[in-house]
Amino acid sequence: MEKTYTPQKGDFDFISDRDINVDLNFASQGYWKGVAIHFLRDRFAMTGLLLVSIIILFAVFAPILSSYSYQDIISATDTNGKQIVAKSLSPQFAGDGEGFFVDRTFLFGTDDMGRDLWTRTWQGARVSLIIAFVAIFIDMLIGMSYGLFSGFFGGHVDNIMQRFIEIIGSIPTLVIISILAIFMDKGIGLVIASLLITEWIGMSKIARAECLKLKEREYVLASRTLGASSFHIIFKQILPNTIGPVITQVMFSIPVAIFTEAFLSFVGVGIVLPQCSIGSLIEAGFNNITILPYQILPPIVVLAILMLGFNLIGDGFRAALSPKLEDM
Amino acid sequence: MSLLTLFLIIFVLFVLIRIMPGNPFPVERMSAEMILQKRAELGLDNPIMVQFADYMSLLLSGSFGNGTSLYNGAPIKPILLTCLENSFKIGVLSILFGTVTGLLIGITAALHRGKFLDGFCTVLSILGVCIPSYVFMIFLQYTFSYKIPFFPYFFDPSQFLFSSIMPSLSLSLLSVSVIARFTRNEMVEVMNSDYVKLAESKGIYGFQLMRKHVLRNALIPVVTVIAPLVVDLLTGAMVIEKIYGINGVGKLMVDAIAGEGIDYNYVLALGIVFSSLYIGVMLILDILYGIIDPRIRLAAKEH
Repeated sequence: MEKTYTPQKGDFDFISDRDINVDLNFASQGYWKGVAIHFLRDRFAMTGLLLVSIIILFAVFAPILSSYSYQDIISATDTNGKQIVAKSLSPQFAGDGEGFFVDRTFLFGTDDMGRDLWTRTWQGARVSLIIAFVAIFIDMLIGMSYGLFSGFFGGHVDNIMQRFIEIIGSIPTLVIISILAIFMDKGIGLVIASLLITEWIGMSKIARAECLKLKEREYVLASRTLGASSFHIIFKQILPNTIGPVITQVMFSIPVAIFTEAFLSFVGVGIVLPQCSIGSLIEAGFNNITILPYQILPPIVVLAILMLGFNLIGDGFRAALSPKLEDM
Repeated sequence: MSLLTLFLIIFVLFVLIRIMPGNPFPVERMSAEMILQKRAELGLDNPIMVQFADYMSLLLSGSFGNGTSLYNGAPIKPILLTCLENSFKIGVLSILFGTVTGLLIGITAALHRGKFLDGFCTVLSILGVCIPSYVFMIFLQYTFSYKIPFFPYFFDPSQFLFSSIMPSLSLSLLSVSVIARFTRNEMVEVMNSDYVKLAESKGIYGFQLMRKHVLRNALIPVVTVIAPLVVDLLTGAMVIEKIYGINGVGKLMVDAIAGEGIDYNYVLALGIVFSSLYIGVMLILDILYGIIDPRIRLAAKEH
């Protein structure tokens, strides 16, 4: 006689969270999810991200919250109650000034014109970051389109486009800058223009290399068989797959751009006073370094942190996009 | 190919500088007739192709363009030569220093992989890449020439070697760090490769293994990173010449473009000098590449 078994309470158990063992390394997961996990686990990259975010936060908010504007020449009250211009003060809080009584706080001191260096430093960081982001973003657009077209059409088109790049690339940056300096006024425009001319070449090379690889794939053939136009294939099908390496290149180009700006302003063809950038602040500080060494410190530290941060992020990104077995 | 590129660059530079709007003569101090006369004298009214041909023939005969500064009338050639000499000496010193130190640090780190020296090398190379060289220069100058007045604060051609230690040292920071990191990575890769293991199993070890099997293969990619570094030196030179007050080509360039007016003759002459230096360095490195790597030499022969 057949006996049917009725399940009892206690025969089955709910699985609690700790019993689930998901293999994160080999589990099937989306490409970008994998990249994100790898990136978030990278201690160096996260440090870089943190450093850069801190600087960006300060650059955005410090000039707004500061009680001085970056170009104000500030006057303070001395011991006799007279108003004097607060020139070349070392960092100090209200009330503890030496020699004469100062009723204002200058976290980084003031420069030799009497402007607050705290505000100027963050305003400078803001200008430098804006220049870097704008220039590199446009470079990315130009470089990617150029590289994709060159790689996709191949043959004579590719040959001519690559020769053109070779010639542009063999003009030293300095020469390009000096020619630009003839056509344009000194200032932000000159810096951005020189970045535009020099930085897109690297991006276009990467985009071209990726495109050469990708255009042989079956999915491109398939969509061409279905009658897709070259334009559609390039921008809708190849471009999304080249994004990773290009972003890595962008991450490495941003510190280069910041450095170039600082360098140009330092030698005197960049930002003009009373505008300020990291480079022009370093230049101003350098001129007074033996008398007022504190002036040069803030912009240099900000510059170094930015360079370090972006390089760390770039390294992390590169590692995340092409994980090696040893990293697992 | 290099000569063709150089020719093209000179042509583009020349045309750009000639067609640009504006007037190289001070309008306030010269009357209209004087300007016309001066223009005719300098041949500025000729068609641009004729001007270019004239310029090229002057260039090939060894003088630079009209040969004088637009502002003070001083001939460019002697000034350019002294400046080139100064910059060249410092550049060569710092390349030598950078390459030798970089290689030594890289090799030491690779041989002591995973130990203290290796970590030290990594930190050093990260710092070297992240700290712009001129920040380092300012720091060096402030500490060793001002706080501890051991080295001269400014460059002094009369005691060349002593006063160029600091500039070339600070200029080479980037090359040291990049070359060290690159050498280390390449060495580690090569040392793990099969053919080195084979060589070891055949009983080759020590210095001979390093020289014949490891270094020779590890150095090939290192040569490629030296090329852009040499070019970066040009940019670095511009800053360092400002900081140490060196009379060099970088300073000349800054004076030509950052001053009150722009000295076109200087910009043209310096542009040509920089471009030919750049292309020359590229050519030399191409040849060097063939010498180090027999595979490339053989491949080139087959073509």
